[in-house]
Amino acid sequence: MDLKNVASLSFFLPEIILSATILVLMVLDLISQEKRGLALIAIGGCAATLIATLDLYYAPAGWLFHRMMVLDSFSLFFKVVTMAATILCIWMALGSNEIRRVHQGEFYALLLICALGMFFMASSSNLLMAYLSLELVSLMSYVLTGFLPRSRRSSEAALKYLIYGGVASGTMIYGMSWVFGMTGSLEYAAIQAALGEKGYNSAAMFMAFIFIMAGFGYKIVFVPFHMWSPDVYQGAPTPFTAFLSVASNAAGMAIMIRFFFPGVSRMLPGGDWAILTGVEWPHVLLLLSMITMTVGNLCALNQRNVKRMLAYSGIAHAGYMMMGLAILNNEGLSAVLFYVIVYLIMNLGAFLVVGMIANVTGDEDIENYRGLAWRGAVVPAVCLAVFLFSLTGLPPFAGFIGKFFLFSAVIKQGGAFAVLAVVAALNSVVSLYYYAKIVKTMFLDAPRVEDKTMAVAVNDFTLLLPLAVLTVVFGLYFAPLVTYTSRSLGFFVK
Amino acid sequence: MDNILTYMTFIPLAGAVVVLFLPNNAKLIRWFSAAATVPPLIMAIWLFTYFDRSKAGFQFVEDYYWIPTFNISYIMGVDGVSISMVLLTALLCFICIFASFGIEKAVKGYFALFLMLDTGMMGVFCALDFFLFYIFWEVMLLPMYFLIGIWGGPRREYAAIKFFLYTLFGSVLMLLAILALYFTVEPHTFDMRAMMRFADNYGTQALPIWPFNLWGWGFQHVIWMALFIGFAIKIPAFPFHTWLPDAHVEAPTAISVILAGVLLKMGTYGILRTNFPMLPVATADLAYWFLGALGAWNIIYGALCAMAQKDLKKLVAYSSVSHMGYVMLGMASFTTQGINGAVLQMFNHGTITGMLFLLVGVVYDRAHHREIEGFGGVASIMPVYTGMTALAFFASMGLPGLSGFISEVLVLLGVWQKYPVLTILGASGVVLTAGYLLWTIQRVYLGPPNEKYLKMPEINGREMFTLVPLGAIVVLVGIYPQVVLDLLRASLDQLNQVIVPHLKS
Repeated sequence: MDLKNVASLSFFLPEIILSATILVLMVLDLISQEKRGLALIAIGGCAATLIATLDLYYAPAGWLFHRMMVLDSFSLFFKVVTMAATILCIWMALGSNEIRRVHQGEFYALLLICALGMFFMASSSNLLMAYLSLELVSLMSYVLTGFLPRSRRSSEAALKYLIYGGVASGTMIYGMSWVFGMTGSLEYAAIQAALGEKGYNSAAMFMAFIFIMAGFGYKIVFVPFHMWSPDVYQGAPTPFTAFLSVASNAAGMAIMIRFFFPGVSRMLPGGDWAILTGVEWPHVLLLLSMITMTVGNLCALNQRNVKRMLAYSGIAHAGYMMMGLAILNNEGLSAVLFYVIVYLIMNLGAFLVVGMIANVTGDEDIENYRGLAWRGAVVPAVCLAVFLFSLTGLPPFAGFIGKFFLFSAVIKQGGAFAVLAVVAALNSVVSLYYYAKIVKTMFLDAPRVEDKTMAVAVNDFTLLLPLAVLTVVFGLYFAPLVTYTSRSLGFFVK
Repeated sequence: MDNILTYMTFIPLAGAVVVLFLPNNAKLIRWFSAAATVPPLIMAIWLFTYFDRSKAGFQFVEDYYWIPTFNISYIMGVDGVSISMVLLTALLCFICIFASFGIEKAVKGYFALFLMLDTGMMGVFCALDFFLFYIFWEVMLLPMYFLIGIWGGPRREYAAIKFFLYTLFGSVLMLLAILALYFTVEPHTFDMRAMMRFADNYGTQALPIWPFNLWGWGFQHVIWMALFIGFAIKIPAFPFHTWLPDAHVEAPTAISVILAGVLLKMGTYGILRTNFPMLPVATADLAYWFLGALGAWNIIYGALCAMAQKDLKKLVAYSSVSHMGYVMLGMASFTTQGINGAVLQMFNHGTITGMLFLLVGVVYDRAHHREIEGFGGVASIMPVYTGMTALAFFASMGLPGLSGFISEVLVLLGVWQKYPVLTILGASGVVLTAGYLLWTIQRVYLGPPNEKYLKMPEINGREMFTLVPLGAIVVLVGIYPQVVLDLLRASLDQLNQVIVPHLKS
């Protein structure tokens, strides 16, 4: 289906609910003194949005708003992921001392605007829409990064983020203008049709793709567009860092897959994709993927600040996920989507514990983790160990299954891709070193005399235990999740 | 007894979960954990009794769907090789619980992790689905890391992470090899039995990529090598052995026993279970250098290193490197004697080295050090203890009448028919072994007693309880090796028949 503006509205219910929640939150923030209530309203709004999103699975796929957006199972998948991440992060923020000291109401409202932007990113099927949604997310991210008024780090991070973001999105829109100039259209469907018909200067098209990749790469955080991430992760309030690491990464993946797969490639029967115009962008991704995971892991090795270490680990994970794109088939994409879910669970879990510890000790220095398990915080320590080993990719945790599918998709392609698989596998070994360093500090080191005992809030437990349990359960029984991700590849092209 | 293997594998895990919820009473936790290792031991003995020794295939097979979309199944089953290992694992786990009664720090955590480790090890020896096998293989790492890292000696952090990194390095290569096999087998499956049936169809023509074309290596050879590195790290084969002295020395006594007794066997077991039957052509091509020659080198290198050690535990650790060399050497011969001797050596090494580590633990608990030069004349202070030690040392040395002799002789007999040079090298290892063990006996147990240790109490009942079963097995197998060899023969003959046709004389 191809709907006009008004007709599209009935398929736009999740976004409408989300927008309404944002407006309500802003107004109530002026009136209400009880700021925690606002969080509950935000969660309620998100839950309603999630339900409306799930309801759209019954709707037919098609274009909305004059082909600006597309409704298909792929966009719905990323909307569900975004909403899940948002709800979890708001829950996390409820227990965070950092957020409690600042304007809570605005925090939730801005977070929801960010999520709204990600909804648009997931469903944009037009370069202009893609750019606008990406900018919406970026702008909110700058504000939320600099949300701690007394913190110099937070302000510095926001400024760095803004400058890098400006350069990246400028580069991206320049590349988009090349694509527009050559194909005469901003719509993915029209671009694809045009690319299929006549020959283009493949060098020019290649440059255009590289420019566009800069914008996506900055969202997904791959090398060489990664420089902002360690500072931003460290400076931003922890619940938002968690949100950034999973939701922003996922939305970046969504927009990138949408552009590079249904946008400028053609699907063949059997689940393989053919590149159009002879522009070998998968090779670029292949190379970037190897560089990204290696740089991320090597830089993480010597970090003393856990949030900063997780930032580099996030870069490495972006590299792993890109493996699934470089091989140009649906199995790879399905593995990426699977990894997105798994990464959401384990990374949010890790940040949750980091936030809990920072609540007691004030910062994220690894010294504060010394002997954590022997200081009355056995459960958070064990959970963090589960999340970290899952991030390493050890069974029986979900992270292993995620990597397993990525590796298996790559190995199946064979040939030169075997090298990619070997590089990725060796990278997992490297990553074990720094993840295990945190585990070592928590369990193997004896606590110092001056270290405080940790008291854990009930609120955090309600989130922590389910995440840890899910990490184990998806490591042992993942069939439903695989079915869901492989069904989420229904791209609507025409 | 349906699903006996599943019960045997998962009862310890259930025990571990229960341990976590027990009240913080050390005595209760210890005895409960000991009880949790009894059912697997009984089941292992039951399996040993009812195992049909005339059949070569897998018995007590369980086959259930797990993730049908990817043909991942839950398949358990044992043949002669695995059943001997299962028996060894069940016995050593039971004994090591008692050897751990001295643990005072975080008792609950220790025993819960120990029981999880038990499940992982049992699973590795029973799993017949490669995915399941890999899960068990990796699951074992986590408890091991913590057991060495939290309850180990002074350099425990270094030893634990080194062990972890080495093993993970091997296992990621193994994972890639497993995936490559999976996509080659038609229809795609992780079922090891199907992979074995497919054995003749894995590519053998040389790959067009340097340096594989130079060596004439095909797909099969590359996969063989990837699997081999994963297993060789566990054996540990030179040059991947350096984690072993560190891990053994730093680990608490019971964990050293498990490491040497069970974990090292996983390496050779894995090669017998996967490399041999699945990749026979590559096995025939590569076995001489990577199993035979490397095994002989392991024997001599390990023995020479052991001779140079000042620490009693490190000496035992290097003697393991040396003794596992016999296993590799015997496997490479593809003769009935050689390969039977190799697997028997796996079993014997488990019991003998188990004893040795327990004995070192006994003296360490009393003197709080393990310097060989720091003792002297222990025989006159602790005569019973010295008697047990002598039994273990002579078994390790290969004295006729004790179990080590049988397996070493079988290995050397088997290898002599194929590689006389390697046999001579391997046999010279026997002399070196006798050298370092006798020298140790002389320095530690004989001579005038050290003044400091005159008051050392004699070995106690609990310690004897851990040693006597192992000692009995050492003597029994030494006199009547058929108890174990009967189990192995049919399975190993079949294995040999797969490979022998591919050997280039």
